[in-house]
Amino acid sequence: MDDMYREMILDHYRNPRKKGLLSPADIDYEEDNPVCGDHIHLTVQFDENDVVTDVGWDGEGCAISQASASLLYESLIGMSKEEIRHLDKEYILDMLGIELGPVRLKCALLSLKVLKAGAY
Amino acid sequence: MNRDHDFKTPLDVAALREDFPVLDQEVRPGVPLVYLDNAATSQKPYVVIDAMNDFYTRYNANVHRGIHKLSEEATDAYEDARKRIARFVNAASHREIIYTRNTTESINLVAWTWGRTNLGPGDVVLSTEMEHHSNIVPWQMIAEQVGCEVRYVPAREDGEFDWEAFEGLLDERVKLVTVTHMSNVLGTILPVRRLADAAHAVGALFLVDGAQSAPHLPVDVQAMDADFFAFSAHKMLGPTGIGVLYGRRELLEAMPPFMGGGDMIKRVELAASQWNDLPWKFEAGTPAIAEAIGFGAAVDYLEKIGMENVHAHEVAITGYALERLAEVPGVRVLGPADPTHKGGVAAMVMDDVHPHDIAQILDHHGIAIRAGHHCAMPLHQSYNVVASARASFYLYNTFEEVDRLVEGLYAVKETLTF
Repeated sequence: MDDMYREMILDHYRNPRKKGLLSPADIDYEEDNPVCGDHIHLTVQFDENDVVTDVGWDGEGCAISQASASLLYESLIGMSKEEIRHLDKEYILDMLGIELGPVRLKCALLSLKVLKAGAY
Repeated sequence: MNRDHDFKTPLDVAALREDFPVLDQEVRPGVPLVYLDNAATSQKPYVVIDAMNDFYTRYNANVHRGIHKLSEEATDAYEDARKRIARFVNAASHREIIYTRNTTESINLVAWTWGRTNLGPGDVVLSTEMEHHSNIVPWQMIAEQVGCEVRYVPAREDGEFDWEAFEGLLDERVKLVTVTHMSNVLGTILPVRRLADAAHAVGALFLVDGAQSAPHLPVDVQAMDADFFAFSAHKMLGPTGIGVLYGRRELLEAMPPFMGGGDMIKRVELAASQWNDLPWKFEAGTPAIAEAIGFGAAVDYLEKIGMENVHAHEVAITGYALERLAEVPGVRVLGPADPTHKGGVAAMVMDDVHPHDIAQILDHHGIAIRAGHHCAMPLHQSYNVVASARASFYLYNTFEEVDRLVEGLYAVKETLTF
């Protein structure tokens, strides 16, 4: 099968981790990609040292956008706000372990865009 | 696994395919290309590629300028293509054929020249929810400038044109009715002659977006009584970068020019200038010469096959596709169910699978379709879907390719449904 739909990605798409919104939350932000309708809503809780204690999210869209959200948001727990600041495109692509064309890259990076826009 | 079926094509598709070099390839070893993205752009036959190549290798020169052999030859070829395109859509005169970049530019030309000088507060432009963005956004921009209103005939659930709603929105305030001839998503073919009569009865002009119809249906601008008809070469076997605005001569004569510059003037003085005759009044600057010549070769090729035959082939292949797609559980095709009411388009949604994922997995199987909103966001909104996966057919597509599409959709389901 297509590399893009390898088992790890399909697993996160079918069984997304940390799904369900938190309340209250220190970050509460959502965004759409109007071109394809992908949607992600993210909530994050920090402790007094600005370290992530929990995340919860909701969303819908293609397998790539939803799997990347699941992978990225699950990895945030224990991360400091400063570390989140340094997350970039390569971090997402390394986790997904695939190469993406320009259209699908937008799908994969929506989760990161929501995180950054919510955090800063 | 092509099965016996009742759908008959008048075309010798295997022979036609030899004319299209792009089609003869494997996207990966052992995976032949199935090109089903024709509503976005069509492939080009050798005769088009050769005509353009011939221009550049043998007689490249600017048109309407030079007093030398090459320039005269280039001008002849450029103007001769215009005459053949005029004949192809049955315009009364080649002077009614304005070269533009594409359908979008053709519609913008009407909006920014006729629209800006003839529309004002209280006036209405009547369009439909089925339009491509290129027949919505220019009118929104003009409305903002001149203070007119834009109304839209809503899309019907079954994809057919809503004549009752249209009549309810048509009154004497309407100055322009502007519609697609064939929806690029639903494939719906609109009753253009009836619409023209209704528009003219209230004193409105009638513009037809023919981007999807000119490649696939016999078009006669006089029989449909269109005041303007816009189309693009690249969707009808021609090159990108060239399109046409057909306009009725007296309207074009009365309209101000679109862009200013060389070739569109008779005389220039520092205080003012005098416009050129039709059609050159609307063709400022060096035009797309090779592309116009390629467009001429494309309409020659289509005429030789016969647009009736092209259409009959597409009715057959679309009928077959609709029947086979109905077998795939969870797949729903948007638009009219009757293949004689629509063009060769099948825009699909699949339960629990995003159109991007459909397109991506089909691509793995060598099948090129388009996923997204196809520049028709309002139409998708009216159907409560954000996007769809669209397969679109042309004269070189085969029944076997429809079978490959259906097999591909089963692979999508297997991969992505839980």
